[in-house]
Amino acid sequence: MFSLGLVSLLVRRNLIFVLMSLEVMLNAAGLAFVVAGSRWHQADGQVVFLFILAMAAAEVSVGLALVVQIYRRFKSLDVDELSGMRG
Amino acid sequence: MTSVRYYRETYMELVFYIAGAVAVISTGLMLTRLNVVHALLYLIVSLLGVAVVFYVLGAPFVAALEVIVYAGAIMVLFVFVVMMLNLGAHEVDIEKQWLTPGIWVGPVVLAGILIIEVIYLVRGTTPGLATGELGPKEVGIALFGPYLIGVELASMLLLAGLVGAYHLGARETERPEIQHDTNTDERRTAAGGDLVLAGAGQPSRTP
Repeated sequence: MFSLGLVSLLVRRNLIFVLMSLEVMLNAAGLAFVVAGSRWHQADGQVVFLFILAMAAAEVSVGLALVVQIYRRFKSLDVDELSGMRG
Repeated sequence: MTSVRYYRETYMELVFYIAGAVAVISTGLMLTRLNVVHALLYLIVSLLGVAVVFYVLGAPFVAALEVIVYAGAIMVLFVFVVMMLNLGAHEVDIEKQWLTPGIWVGPVVLAGILIIEVIYLVRGTTPGLATGELGPKEVGIALFGPYLIGVELASMLLLAGLVGAYHLGARETERPEIQHDTNTDERRTAAGGDLVLAGAGQPSRTP
């Protein structure tokens, strides 16, 4: 699942799809943590998953605000068009 | 007794693999959709599948949080932003096109598989694979024991995210006001400070 998200992140050129792929990747990492915690019967994996959850929430709120801002300014969600954004 | 338990674990493994397959398939379908809303549907199904996997693995607390926070809050954020960006007159036609029943079939079938699994799990007696269950109590003790500093850092991160999202989202609405103010100042200066003459260049509103 992580590799699926990574491939999508590299392939897609829509900003919202990029954010969704990030969600998938974070989710896969959290899944790995919970599976490991369940394997060794420790609660640490679930705790780390909670931290990943909080971080994903903060990241996605800021990211979506940036998406709205970029869409207002450029009228497009194409990542390649934003490549000229320097200086 | 032993054979019953053995069969139960076998079924549990079957449920686990089916839920994992549903999650992976819906993720793959999500990544290949061209429409954002279709992709969101598949993403929700994928998150629910991961939640079922968590439940089978003996982590019901995390499964509930996955459904509430990911499939609830974060997906609502995505849907809000998609709806905000899709303002336009031609959207009605696209909306009609969306309402064709063909696109619902995939997510509905996958979600139906998950629902059947959840019903099977709830009707059973002992959830979890052979490794046993880690309930909310253990997670809470570990969270507020050795990981307390992490909780504080996560709260600060969430606060920073809140402030950042508010700042980024509110910047565009401030700009017209500033523009308006400078225009007024320019006009007042051009009219020599006379507020009555300041509106002379404008087309009059009263007939």
